[in-house]
Amino acid sequence: MTARYTIGDNVRVRQAYPPGHCRTPYYCRGKSGVIVRYCGNFRNPEDLAYGTYNGPEVPMYRVQFNQTDMWPDYSGAPQDKVEIELYEHWLVPASS
Amino acid sequence: MSDHHHGHSHGVYDVDPLHHHPPQPDLEDTPLTHHQIMQMAVAELLIEKEIISAEELRKEIDFMDSITPVRGSKLVARAWTDNGFKDRLIADSKAAATELDMDIGPIPILVMENTPQVHNLIVCTLCSCYPRMLLGIPPDWYKSRSYRRRAISEPRKVLSEFGTDLSNDVQIKVHDSTADMRYMVLPMRPEGSDDMSEEDLAGLVTRDCMIGVALPGSASAS
Repeated sequence: MTARYTIGDNVRVRQAYPPGHCRTPYYCRGKSGVIVRYCGNFRNPEDLAYGTYNGPEVPMYRVQFNQTDMWPDYSGAPQDKVEIELYEHWLVPASS
Repeated sequence: MSDHHHGHSHGVYDVDPLHHHPPQPDLEDTPLTHHQIMQMAVAELLIEKEIISAEELRKEIDFMDSITPVRGSKLVARAWTDNGFKDRLIADSKAAATELDMDIGPIPILVMENTPQVHNLIVCTLCSCYPRMLLGIPPDWYKSRSYRRRAISEPRKVLSEFGTDLSNDVQIKVHDSTADMRYMVLPMRPEGSDDMSEEDLAGLVTRDCMIGVALPGSASAS
């Protein structure tokens, strides 16, 4: 699977709440950020958690968000950031 | 009989002459958790089916217990004294570590460099992912719900509670280890450490500095 996004792309995390194991923190769902690194392709933890070890590898990225977008009452500095590892199927272009 | 009877708390004046402490539970006095039982069952099955031996399992536990933050400190001290190494460490920590005859294992560890403009902090909000191959077993607070929740949402307050007060001009970057990467902070070399040897520099670099909750002590304070 080739990586769909490149560094600098604006993306949004899907606001989805599927049952079962996943590694997308609740706090970033629906939030928009920017791709800062492509980490490579990895087995999907949503497969691995249920014993599927030969499923497809999926691209994984580090996505950077503004803390002020993440937390409405953020008390730090306006330039503070949080960076999260996210698998491609959790991301959509920010403009969509 | 008066209202005052035994079993009623009288505060500090109610001294037990035999000085009994409440009993400390022994290991077997608390029930096993679901995951402890599962872990024991899996270990027994792996050994019974001769997939691994009891000795191999013990050696692996021994090895994990033997890793201390000294490994991370050595990499930081080398990076402080050799700019080329620093660049290689940031580009590919596994390859760079082999220059110090160090195997940091199969999980990629990304080294995040602190600068006068940027301070990095590591957390795993989902569980307790940690750069074990460089820092060893994580401290209990790193695994606590309160650190995991607060490091991400109010990092400056958390840093302040660790005695690390940063100016609002400095950008704080929190790295949430949610998946396949691990992180280590490369702290800034303290002022006044120009004449120190690489070995002495390594002594300034503590576990907390490499998680990002603290800054290396000044050379004069060491």
